Amino acid sequence: MQTYLARRLLFLPGLLVGISLISFSLLNLAPGDPAEILLRLQQPGAEAPREAVLALRQALHLDDPLPLRYGRWLYGAVHGDLGTSYRSGKSILHELGQRLPATLLLAVASLAMALALSLPLGIGAAVWRGSPLDGLSRCLGLLGTSVPSYVLALTLMWLLAVKLHWLPAIGYGDPQHLVLPALTLGAGVSASLMRLTRASLLDVLAQDYVRTARAKGVREGTVIGAHALKSALLPVVTVLGMSLGHLLGGAVIVETIFGWPGVGKYAVDAIFLRDYPVIQGFVLYMAVIFLCINLAVDLAYRWLDPRLHFGRQAT
Amino acid sequence: MRGQGAVKASLAHVRGLWNQHALLWLLSRLRLAIRGPLRPFWRDPAAVAGLSLITVVLMAALGSPLLAPHDPTAVNLEQRLLAPNRHFPLGTDHLGRDELSRLLYGARTTLATASVVLATVMAIACTLGTLAGYYGGWRDTVIMSLVDLLLAFPALILAVAIVGTLGPSLTHAMLALATVWWAGYARLIRGMVLAVRQREFIEAARALGASDTRIMLHHVWRNTLGPLMVLATLDMGGIILGIAGLNFLGLGTQPPTPEWGVMLSDGRPFMQSAPRMMLYPGVALCLVVLGFNLLGDGLRDALDPMNQWTYERVE
Repeated sequence: MQTYLARRLLFLPGLLVGISLISFSLLNLAPGDPAEILLRLQQPGAEAPREAVLALRQALHLDDPLPLRYGRWLYGAVHGDLGTSYRSGKSILHELGQRLPATLLLAVASLAMALALSLPLGIGAAVWRGSPLDGLSRCLGLLGTSVPSYVLALTLMWLLAVKLHWLPAIGYGDPQHLVLPALTLGAGVSASLMRLTRASLLDVLAQDYVRTARAKGVREGTVIGAHALKSALLPVVTVLGMSLGHLLGGAVIVETIFGWPGVGKYAVDAIFLRDYPVIQGFVLYMAVIFLCINLAVDLAYRWLDPRLHFGRQAT
Repeated sequence: MRGQGAVKASLAHVRGLWNQHALLWLLSRLRLAIRGPLRPFWRDPAAVAGLSLITVVLMAALGSPLLAPHDPTAVNLEQRLLAPNRHFPLGTDHLGRDELSRLLYGARTTLATASVVLATVMAIACTLGTLAGYYGGWRDTVIMSLVDLLLAFPALILAVAIVGTLGPSLTHAMLALATVWWAGYARLIRGMVLAVRQREFIEAARALGASDTRIMLHHVWRNTLGPLMVLATLDMGGIILGIAGLNFLGLGTQPPTPEWGVMLSDGRPFMQSAPRMMLYPGVALCLVVLGFNLLGDGLRDALDPMNQWTYERVE
């Protein structure tokens, strides 16, 4: 465990440096001169005078060599300064931090939704293999991977909000507002979770120790609940971790559709406002969060499954 | 002069022969594949259904200039939001454009862009994956670090950030998607190349004096291309969803080009009055992706060895 942990932690700074390099180069890919964009935003309509642009370039240290600028930016980023938004002039880290709870709430709610949908169905499909329930789970699984989140979002919105008036279409605050976005995001994840639960449980049910338990006369419910599920759910944990990336990415679209004031919507809004530092900060922020979650899931998995050899490098 | 003409003619003759030969070779290989390893594929109704779905969409895309009753971009504000009638089989949109024509031409845009992205992804992944797997050493280290780095980002988030920085346009959306999509494949191809490299026929080829390039192009690729095609089919649905998602957010295709993701977001404001505007592109998207998923699953099941490269074993 220690060696494994050490190796993972040693690998981490390299990844972080790479992530920061990519994020930094994003801003330099952006067309146009940041100083000019900034001046145009402050005085809309007016053509920025040449001297003012040059002065601002000086003030923002834009004429310094690239490595120096990268170093300065990295120093700031490490100290919690991701720069300021072109639009609002406020600290990006602060603005991201304000919106993160909404995104995390959505992610957790959709994970819960996905688990609530996929585990019973997956387990049922494996236990009663070949039954109508199995067929239903197959169909739902196929649908879940084929229906894009934005189509599902609009369909649910149309059906449950516009036609039936059961739930509010957009907004934030009440628990009711959470249902539609969480359902949309959760559905995509639950399809793969369900298929995995079913396949994994089927694998375990075919093993000798399950037969032994049955031969001993253990009740079927206990065999499945206590003996088989324990090991069948291990791969599900990994996929849960991997789907968090999917959730964070999917949140960009779903938040935009439902007007959910999270990090994803903030980034999309920034794109249309050409607020490049915000986009850059968003990528760095999300990548670091994603990396930490992945590390935590990986460690949890290794802790849960003692069969795994800890010395080996994870892929 | 006459001599030159004769040379040209004979060259053309040889080229014709070669083309004929190549075509015959391809056809014979296809027939062999259909009769041999692909035989289980034709017995799988879901896979055949997927293939038919894709064939229909492909024909709609290729035949759109012939099939479309109207110009997909012709605006007529007097005929906006018409219900389906004899003149407009699927009605008109908010600018009075014919929905059916836009849907048909949209198939074209969607399939063409997804194919280009897939081809780009494959070209990058094949080149880098083969180099890394075949040579090993520092090339392997450099390429695989880059792959690990890209995989550390949630893919859609990085893609959104790249388009956001470069500015919304279809080319940028395709570029961004290709940039984030190749990494997973490169890792996979590297694994396959590593496996093939150990085989005896590679050693034999080297003993015969074949150059590295020749071994890679002839011996290694010929043994990885088949499984790769299956993987590509499996992923085509994902790429279509990704690109339509960027289009839906307004980051890709710009109006008035007909595209399903754009049509979907065009329909959003008219959810109450004309839900069919969202229905058509939504259903079309789902069907295409469903088709590719069914086809991919069928191919994977038919070519059994593929199972080793997918984490979920679906029987």
